[in-house]
Amino acid sequence: MKAAVVTFPGSNCDRDLAVAFERAGFEVARVWHKDSTLPQGVDVVGVPGGFSFGDYLRCGAIAAQSPIAAAIQTHAARGGYVLGICNGFQVLTEMQLLPGALMRNAGLKFICKTVGLKVATTDSAFTAGYAKGAEISVPVAHHDGNYTIDAEGLAQLQAEDRVAFTYSQNPNGAVADIAGVLSANRRVLGMMPHPERVVDAAAGGTDGAALFAALMGGMALA
Amino acid sequence: MKARVTVMLKAGVLDVQGEAVRHALGSLGFAGVNGVRQGKVIELDLAETDAAAAKTAVDAMCDKLLANAVIESYRVEIL
Repeated sequence: MKAAVVTFPGSNCDRDLAVAFERAGFEVARVWHKDSTLPQGVDVVGVPGGFSFGDYLRCGAIAAQSPIAAAIQTHAARGGYVLGICNGFQVLTEMQLLPGALMRNAGLKFICKTVGLKVATTDSAFTAGYAKGAEISVPVAHHDGNYTIDAEGLAQLQAEDRVAFTYSQNPNGAVADIAGVLSANRRVLGMMPHPERVVDAAAGGTDGAALFAALMGGMALA
Repeated sequence: MKARVTVMLKAGVLDVQGEAVRHALGSLGFAGVNGVRQGKVIELDLAETDAAAAKTAVDAMCDKLLANAVIESYRVEIL
């Protein structure tokens, strides 16, 4: 299975994300934001955390208009997998691959700490490796993680079981404690917490490893 | 020709920065500030000389990049 990890100017979790994919057994290609195509045969695209384009205008807004974004749209439209973490989640909402938007944290502060996450659905290749309702520990590091969506959109997400993760204790004001959401075809996941930072016991935890392992396993079966 | 775009959070979207400013004004002794909404102003210097064409172009810029329709509304003034 092949993963592509995108780097924008200001991305800073791209290498960690590449390592997380590699440890799960993926062959990883690194892709630059000015590339207009993805490498041949890519199964999953990782959009990493960081501060793409300095968070100018709105977090993720300028990255969402970059040449590689058009290639990611095409990849997603033909049923490819996409994983956006933190700034990557913001980019995916700005690309309208995922509904809603990420606003300034309700407490206005940048939050950098490990939080408890509940696995809200196991019905996706990303979350199939967890038990439903399991609580995992994953770090967050963001200023704009306050997920918002209108009432109708929220009802649809919940009715379609597309909330992937919720916060055990909401750190940022996100509606319905939402930490991560899935696309309608369940193949695009955006989440504010950083599973790629917890794939190695020597670096603080391993609760994120099951996400990458399940993705590898699920795609190998498909 | 110049254009000014004002981008604001939509009514009903909680403006946490505006709320912080409101609290700060209150603690400075400015009474009676019932609400603060914070937005941004973007000024554009355009080659276009026709006001209607400029308005159409700037509307398209707002829809594509300058505003996020999920949470923001915008107003365009051609100057």
